[in-house]
Amino acid sequence: MQFFLPNRGPGRLIVVEGIDGSGKSTQIALLSQWLRLRGYAVAFSEWNSSPLVHETTRRGKRKEMFTPTSFSLIHATDFADRMERYIIPLLKAGAVVCADRYAYTAFARDMVRGVDRAWVRNIYRFALKPDLAFYFKVPLEVALGRILGGRNALKYYEAGMDLGLSRNIEESFRIFQGRILAEYESMIEEMGFHVIDATKSIEAQQKEMRRVVLREFGVTRPPGVLGVELNAARLHA
Amino acid sequence: MPDYKDRPPLSYYSTALPGVDYSELQGKLIVVEGPDAVGRSTQIRGLKPWLEEAGHAVLDTGMARSALAGKGIKEAKQGNTLGSITMTLYYLTDFADRLENEIIPALRAGVVVLTDRYIYSVMARAIARGENRAWIEKTAGFALVPHAVLYLRADVPDLISRVVVGRGAFDFWESGMDLRFGRNMFDSFVRYQSRLIRVFDSLAAPYNFQVIDATRPPVEVFESLKASVARIFDGDDNPAAGRRKSVRPAHPSGSFRAAATRRKP
Repeated sequence: MQFFLPNRGPGRLIVVEGIDGSGKSTQIALLSQWLRLRGYAVAFSEWNSSPLVHETTRRGKRKEMFTPTSFSLIHATDFADRMERYIIPLLKAGAVVCADRYAYTAFARDMVRGVDRAWVRNIYRFALKPDLAFYFKVPLEVALGRILGGRNALKYYEAGMDLGLSRNIEESFRIFQGRILAEYESMIEEMGFHVIDATKSIEAQQKEMRRVVLREFGVTRPPGVLGVELNAARLHA
Repeated sequence: MPDYKDRPPLSYYSTALPGVDYSELQGKLIVVEGPDAVGRSTQIRGLKPWLEEAGHAVLDTGMARSALAGKGIKEAKQGNTLGSITMTLYYLTDFADRLENEIIPALRAGVVVLTDRYIYSVMARAIARGENRAWIEKTAGFALVPHAVLYLRADVPDLISRVVVGRGAFDFWESGMDLRFGRNMFDSFVRYQSRLIRVFDSLAAPYNFQVIDATRPPVEVFESLKASVARIFDGDDNPAAGRRKSVRPAHPSGSFRAAATRRKP
């Protein structure tokens, strides 16, 4: 089955996925910075960040109004807005778009919430297929240690409290993240993730990501992909 | 004419909602559909007290009225950046919230739910804007199959006169100005609404619409609607079923009576 539409470029789409505490956000920030220094025009898009649906999501979370279905749909709306308004135009313009979480996040989380698999996957058929999808593989306990050590205020939906897994928020978070982890693991091959061992040092993980990017994109910038030198050349033409 | 007596209990189109026992849904779900300015809300204002007079508890609901997303949709429509996939999914979020938090609980309690628009409007708008039909049909497939979909049908010239006389101005979204179907709001309205009507027409057979000619005076349209609604309650072991006599003659040349007469040996 075709999950996504092909990215007809010339830009490139790089996404990172993994459970909370896998370190993916740190890594995509480092990778974006490195790409910029190499002369690429880089844009960044984060899961659940569309200003258009922000108030609705906030209201739903604050008042705990979401059902698995409406939770799934509002995140799809958020994703669609970023796709239509931001990601697609930038890819057409030739930028490298880095996305912190992508449709796979919905595939994993919504499945854990009991939503029909075929239904969720159909919703995201309008999404573009990433050129590179990195999955940050980490044992549950390691990720939990990073999260539970750093922030002490777990949020209701983030901890899967709506599923009634446990009345203890930390316990609920453990069970919920464990189930999401299992969903991710089952997608690795199917979705062609580049697996990054997220137990390694930050430097080692970044080195591996850069190696994969150079291997896939080539050492020199592919034609049509925007960069600083390309702009300068145009200015002098 | 579909036989409403043999209708199965309420079910979904293609995807079951998690946690819903469909066999519990005892009420009736009635949808009034049709293009912008066709007179849906006027008719619903009449149908509600008429049903209540017959002893039914009625919940009336409609698009973009959810506690969750209603406000957000209105705000999004004030801007100029709402893409058509985003709009479709935002409306379905609104629909899901009303379905799970209002419509299903009401049906569980045996209430008659009267809804101004349903998934078909969301689907028609998406398809008229060039979105993939199979995609939207599957995405909206968690909707319940209604007991009746009353499609108020009119042509563009009828809609134009209603917009001009009734509202005095063309609406940006009702004119499809987000995609600029024409050089000005009027031209765009005509082209967009023509497309919408064609899409609605194409949904009529697969989704079992009852087509009601809405170009007639509102009083006549109302009589047709009442006749269609009355058929839903035929054969119900329900106090309201006894009211059929007072309902039927209201539609003097209705197809129901004609059919009933023909059936006599």
